[in-house]
Amino acid sequence: MSEVTIKNNQKTNARSGVSRRPLDNILIILRSKTATVGLLIVLFWVFVAVFAPFLTPYTSTYQDWENPNQGPSADHPLGTDELGRDLWARLIYGARVVLVILPFADGSWIPGGTAIWGVFAALVVGATLGLIAGYRGGWLDEVVMRLLDAMMSVPVILLYLIIVAAIGPSAFNIVIAMAIVGTPGIARLVRGLTLDIRTRDYIRAAETRGERTWHILFCEILPNARGPIIIDAMLRVGYAIFAMGTLGFLGLGLPPPSPDWGSMVAKGREFIMAGSPWAALWPSIAIGSLVVGLNLFADGLREESLRYQ
Amino acid sequence: MHNQFDANENSEAILKLNDIYISYETRKGDVSAVRGVSMDIHRGKTVGLVGESGCGKSTIAFGIVDFLGVNGKIVQGGIAFQKKNLVGLPSEQLRQIRGNQIAMVYQDPMQALNPSLRVGNQLAEALIFHQELTKKDAWDQSIEMLKRVYMPDPDNVMNRYPHQISGGQQQRIVIAMALLNNPALLIMDEPTTALDVTVEAVVLDLIDDLKKDFDTGILYITHNLGVVARISDSICVMYAGELVEQGTAEAIFDHPLHPYTQGLIRCVPKLGSSKERSMLYPIPGQVPPPAERPANECIYAPRCDYAAGECRSQRPALRELKAGQRVRCLRAERIDRQAWRPPINTISRRHSSPSAENEFDCVLNVKDLRSYYRQESNSVLGLIGLEKIRYIKAVDEITLEATKRKTLGIVGESGCGKTTLAKAIIGLEEISGGKAEFLSVDIDMRLGDRSLSLIKEMQMVFQNPDSTLNPSYSIGKQIARPLKRFKVVPGDQVRDRVVELLKAVRLDGYYYDRLPRQLSGGEKQRVGIARAIASRPNLIICDEPVSALDVSVQASILNLLMDLQDELDTTIIFIAHDLSVIRYLSDSIAVMYLGKIMELGPCETIYASPYHPYTEALLSAVPIPDPGVKQRRIRLVGDIPSASNPPTGCPFHTRCHRRHFAPDKGKICEKEPPPWQHVLATHRIFCHIPLDVLAEVESVVTAA
Repeated sequence: MSEVTIKNNQKTNARSGVSRRPLDNILIILRSKTATVGLLIVLFWVFVAVFAPFLTPYTSTYQDWENPNQGPSADHPLGTDELGRDLWARLIYGARVVLVILPFADGSWIPGGTAIWGVFAALVVGATLGLIAGYRGGWLDEVVMRLLDAMMSVPVILLYLIIVAAIGPSAFNIVIAMAIVGTPGIARLVRGLTLDIRTRDYIRAAETRGERTWHILFCEILPNARGPIIIDAMLRVGYAIFAMGTLGFLGLGLPPPSPDWGSMVAKGREFIMAGSPWAALWPSIAIGSLVVGLNLFADGLREESLRYQ
Repeated sequence: MHNQFDANENSEAILKLNDIYISYETRKGDVSAVRGVSMDIHRGKTVGLVGESGCGKSTIAFGIVDFLGVNGKIVQGGIAFQKKNLVGLPSEQLRQIRGNQIAMVYQDPMQALNPSLRVGNQLAEALIFHQELTKKDAWDQSIEMLKRVYMPDPDNVMNRYPHQISGGQQQRIVIAMALLNNPALLIMDEPTTALDVTVEAVVLDLIDDLKKDFDTGILYITHNLGVVARISDSICVMYAGELVEQGTAEAIFDHPLHPYTQGLIRCVPKLGSSKERSMLYPIPGQVPPPAERPANECIYAPRCDYAAGECRSQRPALRELKAGQRVRCLRAERIDRQAWRPPINTISRRHSSPSAENEFDCVLNVKDLRSYYRQESNSVLGLIGLEKIRYIKAVDEITLEATKRKTLGIVGESGCGKTTLAKAIIGLEEISGGKAEFLSVDIDMRLGDRSLSLIKEMQMVFQNPDSTLNPSYSIGKQIARPLKRFKVVPGDQVRDRVVELLKAVRLDGYYYDRLPRQLSGGEKQRVGIARAIASRPNLIICDEPVSALDVSVQASILNLLMDLQDELDTTIIFIAHDLSVIRYLSDSIAVMYLGKIMELGPCETIYASPYHPYTEALLSAVPIPDPGVKQRRIRLVGDIPSASNPPTGCPFHTRCHRRHFAPDKGKICEKEPPPWQHVLATHRIFCHIPLDVLAEVESVVTAA
């Protein structure tokens, strides 16, 4: 092999090395059975949520007066609730609120589900605090982390209840509540990662270039902490869905008649003994499967990416 | 001491490796890490196993004791230990042999010792378990053993925890533990790599003594040619999983037969020979990863200067060319080592230092510089500010100058403050006192308060190639960042300049899009250098840039730095712990000990009498990869004192071997800090001993 061919090989390697990266990531996921199963479950819910209007002839509020509390049938694949609303329609429109859109009080909405926005907001606040505390250290670190510790000492569900009760139940307010509740945990995680990363020589190199603090935090440290943060965020989306369900069940979720999984369970609960458990069953399965799916996906991904190193 | 290899042919070998192959199971299938290695180890002899990282040295050691892990296995060949085949032995029997007759010493003593058990209990346990002694007997025997490894105050050490003793002493305890059951075979895997040179020298002497006392066979694994030259009776040179050459220590260094051995010897700096003769010639290329090693050709051919067609069509066998010297090369007898000439593009272009003797422009002027750390206190008194604040004097009253276009070397053992000094100069560390001027600008402030134009003129090259580059960005982006930050070139020319910089550090343009993890250690270090020179700084501080690299790569980085200095007219401050490396590229050298400079002067004056006693001891301790060079034997007692509580007077007095030469038999060394004695205007020594007495000291290193 002459030197020229060696160089050519290296060139092609380099090129394919870059273009291969996204494909590589997908292969990592598929290599793990756990992650694949989790991903399929999550993808199912994302799919039905995105294409909800095409998957059912009904809307989430259409009432079939003559057939309340029905079991599965040809007309209503999952049955109907006590007001004759189609459960399949309510279920997939409910998934839409969780995963795909964030509705506002005036009827407008923005893309990105309530749970997604909630975790994202917590991520922005938590990661910023964690980065600053971890990189600067000293008294700033002490003050920020002790305050967040104090917040963490309040049970999560209580914190949700206090916040939502104070600012009122709506999708946007639930996002705010999620941000507040999620911040301390994310800040802790990011601070821990930052403490490690800030000792690396490339941070010294950035400092000796006279980089501004924000550049070091967000351009030098944050990208290298992304792996654990992404996995943690996935788990957190699961908890957020669970929290939404809990709030809805307690009557602090989206105001009726929005298709809220939590309030669907709460309403349907009354009719379980009366012989029609469907209204409570489907949303419970939905919450459970989505949370389990996200957990499986995150766990599988973590294991596989650790092994990859 | 000569021809052990022959003398031992008749006596029975304690360990015989017979053509072993070891593979690791990976996702990409089985990867062969060791291929066809055979060697004999005899009682009372040391076999040195030397090679660069990734050559399979440790795999052999793990293979012998069956520590290969779940995915490693010996595919073929036999390991005979005292005539008993170890391959395939049930694990219970292997465990018995391991504890009793084969012992291992690893690189990091802290990982071999249990941090939560007292030293005494750990030592005694080995005896109680394997020899069923009573606790009392085991304890007494352990103390005896500690005495034999020259441990000071062994009774006391027995009751301490591992973290309460120094690194050198920890390694001594590990060696004592290994020898407790009087093993027939001792495997040492880089046991002194983590230690400082002066401590390393003492441990190497100890290993040599013990070999004679205990009649143990030793397999000594190291990457350091100097260490292997000092300690081995015979040497095995490994390359990419194969043994390429085998012979007595003298033979290997006197007349190496394999081109790889010859290349290795050419690329390490040597103290013995003159500076001109110690030119370094790197071996081009790098060790192929295990998955890409050809099965039917000479594994070294791609990097070999002598490779011919036949080398690529068959795999050479290990054959005996001279008595007791085996080599795996088809063309070994046709190679004339003396006739070797370096390829034009690999050598440094600088043969004469710039003839600008009259140019004494001072770039950096440091006077009485101090950098103190506050010692963190966890007590309640400390928390509310009532406790007396204690300082660690990391850098104490340093005075030095760096001249334009010259290299200032700073050398010292770990913890001597050389890195803190560099960080204080560049602004990463607080300057607590004294004066520092850079291009006549006061730089007594941290980076945040410095102007961008000042920051631009001072850049740094870091030690660890694995952490010097941000793993998230491509090489090109990382080199482009300083160009944009300092606005060196207009935005649309950044990419071209990055490619130019890559060329300047001898990397091709297509590295632009690569990620750091796709690069080897040497390449990463080159990118680190490219990033540092991007802003065309006046001063580059290199903090041990080659200490984590393999020797064949180390040489090319050193040559690159010298070339760049010529091209860019920069000043370099080069920090290292290795006296031979420092000498290779420095114009003047500062020797540091416990935060203070002990000796400062032009390069050649440091390596010749008069010496500061510490410089003298360092020179004596450096392992030199040439058995012909003789070093006067000086061994320092004790360990480096803690910087939080440095000795009064002269910081070196606790370990100084020449203290009795000082006035009033060395009492003054404890009481008063020594004066600066000037040998020349540019060469000064920090010592109480009169210069004429120091001048009588004979040279430490003498070439044969």
